[in-house]
Amino acid sequence: MTMAGSNTEPPKPLWLLAELTYSCPLQCPYCSNPVDIAKYKQELTTDEWIRVFREARAMGAAQLGLSGGEPLVRQDLEILIAEARKLGFYTNLITSGVGMDEDRIKAFKKAGLDHIQVSFQASDEELNNFIAGTDAFEHKLEMARLVKKYDYPMVLCFVLHRQNQEQVAQILDLAAALEADYVELAATQYYGWAMLNRDALMPTREQVKKAEAVAHEYQKKMQGKMKIYYVVPDYYENRPKACMNGWGSVFLTISPDGTAVPCHAASTLPGLTFPNVKDHSIEYIWNDSEDFNKFRGYGWMKEPCKTCPEREKDFGGCRCQAYMLTGDARNADPVCSKSPHHGELLDKLTQLEAAAEKNEKPLVFRNMPNSRKLLKGVSLN
Amino acid sequence: MQIAGNSIIKIAPGFRLQWEEAQNCHVILYPEGMVKLNAAAGEILKRCDGTKTVDDVIADLTKVFPDVDLTNDVYQLLEAAHDNGWIKHRTT
Repeated sequence: MTMAGSNTEPPKPLWLLAELTYSCPLQCPYCSNPVDIAKYKQELTTDEWIRVFREARAMGAAQLGLSGGEPLVRQDLEILIAEARKLGFYTNLITSGVGMDEDRIKAFKKAGLDHIQVSFQASDEELNNFIAGTDAFEHKLEMARLVKKYDYPMVLCFVLHRQNQEQVAQILDLAAALEADYVELAATQYYGWAMLNRDALMPTREQVKKAEAVAHEYQKKMQGKMKIYYVVPDYYENRPKACMNGWGSVFLTISPDGTAVPCHAASTLPGLTFPNVKDHSIEYIWNDSEDFNKFRGYGWMKEPCKTCPEREKDFGGCRCQAYMLTGDARNADPVCSKSPHHGELLDKLTQLEAAAEKNEKPLVFRNMPNSRKLLKGVSLN
Repeated sequence: MQIAGNSIIKIAPGFRLQWEEAQNCHVILYPEGMVKLNAAAGEILKRCDGTKTVDDVIADLTKVFPDVDLTNDVYQLLEAAHDNGWIKHRTT
């Protein structure tokens, strides 16, 4: 994803991610939603979402991601799309395809939906349905064909982890057969449920190397026909990702209950106040709230980031990852080889690779009963 | 197929050209992305409405900017836009 930005102007929330609901018919253990999804009961109403869209649009938001959970669960989705499109958003529906049918695809088109991203869990029915926790594969194929039939640009998204990392060739053959315009081979991001399942999901270095080679081969082969994005899982890098293009710089996420966060994992960070759109305007939240200013710019940084010549390139990496892996969100993301914690991360990877061969930790599936158990402090793996 | 004077240009499906007040420029929007256009690119692409030929676009621009010959700029921009997949063209 690219988003033009400038370092001299005050930041604008160009990308609005609307997590419409945390309900989802799928149970993917790699989900980066928070594990406490069962806590989010009061979803924003249609009118509240429309106000969020209007205010964010007035501040310069141009891209709108309609996401979740599964956004198709919201019965007012058609209304929300129509309003967003009227406001001038480029509207992206990010979906599993479960809950969609031809009538709805037609209605979305009429409402002005610009693009549909359909997720798959694997290239074959058995693994796809195991990871999704439901028999969705055949339906997804049908939905992908309909997305093309109704002339939407189609992005297919495959989240990669140890169980499907070796399927990259089959995955790209499937995407080509479905005539995808873009394919995202997304490395699992270890937040929320994925963090809980990290031991079982982390691919081995060998798997990552092979997948990368296959992805590059297909990028050449499919040039001009299908655009393939492949990103190496950041644990295997020695410089961190420019997470969210910098805190409070481009991205604004609104959770189902109206909580505003600078990224979809930020609710796991301690010491944030979590402003809610029910209490505040988007303008206040983005420009003035403590949370959105907390890691903005460079003033919050500690060494080695503080004096690092690369700090404007990666902004010190991911705050959530720094917190989860080092205990302090102001530390450098330990993916960076300049971080004093990088060695610990490498040791952890070696441990995970050893555990991968034994494969003894069971996957915890993302669903409300499991979320409720976790909220009560029950350990599931 | 080369872009020529009689080619008719339109913005490709899935891409959208629009004026962004907050950016004070035209932008191209596409799945999960946005490119900001400079003033010249904006002026050229907003005329590519699927009815005008490249010659029409150049003639129209000449009316607005009579002191500059924009022909080369128009072809260069359209070639680049085509390489990026932003536009489609057909011949009359």
